[in-house]
Amino acid sequence: MKFGIVVFPGTNCEADVRYVVEEILGQEAYYLWHKEKSVKRYDCIILPGGASYGGYLREGAMAKFSPIMEAITDHALKGGLVLGISDGFQILLEAGLLPGAMVKNDSLQFRCQDTYIRVENEKTPYTCLYSPGEVLKIPIAHAAGNYYVDEKNLKELEEGGQIVFRYCSPSGEVLPQYNPNGSLNNIAGITNGEGNILGMMPHPERCSEEIMSGVAGRKVFESILYWLKERCAL
Amino acid sequence: MKSETWKEMGLRENEYELIKEILGREPNYLELGMFAVMWSEHCSYKNSKNALKLFPTKGKRVICGPGENAGAVDIGNGKAVAFKVESHNHPSAIDPFRGAATGVGGIVRDILCMGARPIAMLNSLRFGSLDNSRGKYLFNGAVSGIAWYGNCLGVPTVGGEVYFNKNYEGNPLVNAMCIGILNHDDLARGRAEGVGNPVMLVGARTGRDGIHGATFASEELSSESEGEGPTVVGGDPFVEKLLLEACLEVNRAGYLVGMQDLGAAGITGATSETASRAGLGMEIDIKKVPLREEGMTPYEIMLSESQERMLIIPKKGKEGEVERIFKKWDLEAVVIGYVTDDGILRVKNGDKVEAEIPARALTEMCPVYNPEKKEPAYLKETRSFDWRKLPVPENMNKVLLELLSHPSIASKEWIYRQYDHMVGTNTVVRPGSDAAVLRIKGTKTAIAATMDGNGKYCYLDPRTGGAIVVAEAARNLVCAGARPIALTDCLNFGSPEKPEIYWQFEQVIRGMSEAAEALGTPVISGNVSLYNESDKGAIYPTPIVGMVGLIEDTNHIRSQGFQNDGDLIFLLGRTEPELGASMYLEVVHGLETGKVPALDLKKEKAVQELCLEGIGAGLIKSAHDCSDGGLAVAIAESCISGNIGAEINLVKGNLELPELLFGETQSRIIVTVDRNKGEEMRALTEKFGVPVSLIGQVGGEELKIKVNGISGEVINLSISKLEEAWRGAIKCMMD
Repeated sequence: MKFGIVVFPGTNCEADVRYVVEEILGQEAYYLWHKEKSVKRYDCIILPGGASYGGYLREGAMAKFSPIMEAITDHALKGGLVLGISDGFQILLEAGLLPGAMVKNDSLQFRCQDTYIRVENEKTPYTCLYSPGEVLKIPIAHAAGNYYVDEKNLKELEEGGQIVFRYCSPSGEVLPQYNPNGSLNNIAGITNGEGNILGMMPHPERCSEEIMSGVAGRKVFESILYWLKERCAL
Repeated sequence: MKSETWKEMGLRENEYELIKEILGREPNYLELGMFAVMWSEHCSYKNSKNALKLFPTKGKRVICGPGENAGAVDIGNGKAVAFKVESHNHPSAIDPFRGAATGVGGIVRDILCMGARPIAMLNSLRFGSLDNSRGKYLFNGAVSGIAWYGNCLGVPTVGGEVYFNKNYEGNPLVNAMCIGILNHDDLARGRAEGVGNPVMLVGARTGRDGIHGATFASEELSSESEGEGPTVVGGDPFVEKLLLEACLEVNRAGYLVGMQDLGAAGITGATSETASRAGLGMEIDIKKVPLREEGMTPYEIMLSESQERMLIIPKKGKEGEVERIFKKWDLEAVVIGYVTDDGILRVKNGDKVEAEIPARALTEMCPVYNPEKKEPAYLKETRSFDWRKLPVPENMNKVLLELLSHPSIASKEWIYRQYDHMVGTNTVVRPGSDAAVLRIKGTKTAIAATMDGNGKYCYLDPRTGGAIVVAEAARNLVCAGARPIALTDCLNFGSPEKPEIYWQFEQVIRGMSEAAEALGTPVISGNVSLYNESDKGAIYPTPIVGMVGLIEDTNHIRSQGFQNDGDLIFLLGRTEPELGASMYLEVVHGLETGKVPALDLKKEKAVQELCLEGIGAGLIKSAHDCSDGGLAVAIAESCISGNIGAEINLVKGNLELPELLFGETQSRIIVTVDRNKGEEMRALTEKFGVPVSLIGQVGGEELKIKVNGISGEVINLSISKLEEAWRGAIKCMMD
């Protein structure tokens, strides 16, 4: 499978994602410069973390104007897989590919730490290899991961199974004290209605090898691969 | 020229006379400004150069020693690491956020100059007490500045150290270290080789910011300094990130002859240093320098310290290619001149010659001084201080908790959770252990890195203190399973013009050199920061060591946390009746005095070799250096990190209880082994002639310490209680 990893000026997790795709999954990965206008060759597009355009103005706010975003939107409308991690999630929100917005962490500080998240929907292309309710120990690293969405959209997200990950305790209880940034309903990751676009604040690429404090995130990538292969088989 | 002019610029009379002699005429205003900044202590090391010669700088792994933008050492597999530490003390005292942020930016560019990709940063901080709002403001500002810059750049901040002491209240210290990785073939130099090669200015535009930064760094701070706002330059990590990618791309493409960052002294520094290193000259036209502001004078352009700029000397004919790469990253790259053969740095403004100075005169010909030195009088009193006359507290549980919650010992989580310490996916051992460990992708190897310093030790015994700083850094690496390979240093001192301070300076360097020699860790780069004084006096003499070690096999990576129930706990080394200069005296009695613990470098080396061998043999499961707060604090930290208790039985011998529990005797490491491996451990220790004792066993949910001859437990605390004191302390003061 071919993975396209989008690089905006200021993106800084592209090499980490590429390493997992190539070295751990054994798949092909290519960097896509933000000025490119087509993403047709790729089975999955990943928007990695970082600080696109320095995070100035608002995280992700500038990147949505990059030429590649139009191609990514096309790809997504046709059901193509798009995964946004951290800053990539923020870009997907700013671009309107996912509902809601990010505000500064309630601590008003950057937070880099392990968190626990619970798999709320294991039927997406990104979670199909996880068990229902599985708890993952996974790191976050962001200054604005405090997810917000209006009531109407929140209801839709909740009812449509679009909330894929929630911050929780090590044993899986979703409680405010395990929420590292103040996000609404402990939301850590959501999909669009169709389920082909996922945005998540935690970094699955940072926990995909035994040596890197566990492999809880690896199944995000393996799920993508499994899902793509299944779809091909159909 | 009026004497006021050169005096105002910080030049001495003999220096002004020498400038006239070199030029064979009176310098003009611009030339004088260029000399003044290049001959400041910050750029010329005129007061420190002779003492620095004591450092051992050679070793079989050294690829590039002092004199370049950073040092570089071989780490096998055709790879090398470049690293260096730099201070940004004065700017951080005035504007902690911007001061600390630009400090990070500067050191990253130094590493970049070597053709290396920055892979990790560490920092060493010294602040006054956190019990007042000014102290909190400075500390919080510096931490957020470092976080903002580093996080945006995507270089993980993996470790560091912090001490809080009244002594640094008027003049905090912010030292930043950066480590970069490169293939041997990609090593770049800051040299303007090749007559006729173009000279390009790349990155951000030049503005009026930071003129005289180097001169400012070479003066004492006064209460007026806070009004000197404009000298603190603002940084832009986003531009730095683009600059970093573009420079590495140009280097990889093979277009590069030399590269130099624009830090202190701006264009003046970068042009004269690159030309001088190559033994050549350079002609530049300041009309071609892209400016941020209108109406800038030649003086301002030549001395601006605007951030995120680099000087690039590409191969002739490759200017267009370089420009194309920078354009891709939305940056400017402009030819401002070319390399000449006459050794002269010629600054033109269109057709008009504004300055003509031999490049070497700016970088090499500054007079070198041997300041007067004198042993400070206070040492007689502090050395003879007798702590055995002090009352001994009844409740050692209380003492241990007080020590664990002192911000200098307590968990630094409040700080490092604000730093992205994982980006790059190499950080195998995260902040919070003796050393950070980064795996090297594509190999079986890893590197460990640490920063250490102990100003109080150096104040009370500069020579021993200097040696201990080096030894402790090495010991920290060894505890992570790494063989120390080289060090970088930042020497933070008061005014060298005061004989007592210069004496401390020289003694510290002697001590550091002896330890570096004995432990096989040459000094490959460094920085000197003098004049760290304020209305409140000079800071403690504070050498900071940044050290890197190599782990040949990632299976040998260790951390400080106790591992499994039943593991045996050994103490490598022996506790001596030493309590001087300890955190115990500081916290319990409010005293910063006494004889600093002795350091025997032979013993130190033996303990380190033993620990490495034990780790390599798969015997040692965890290792933790005994330092601030002594044995009890070290064991408590290993319990907290491993989230498991321990039962300890100590033999008092001729020691007083505080010496046994909290004394800071050097060359001690706490290690654990499997419960059935005790004999193997003993056998190994005999080979190295290191005294070693079985002091207890891992297990339970409490830390219990018994001492022979004393009934009951002198320490009995639950791990959760220990952790609460340790983890919450700084957070409690700051949030």
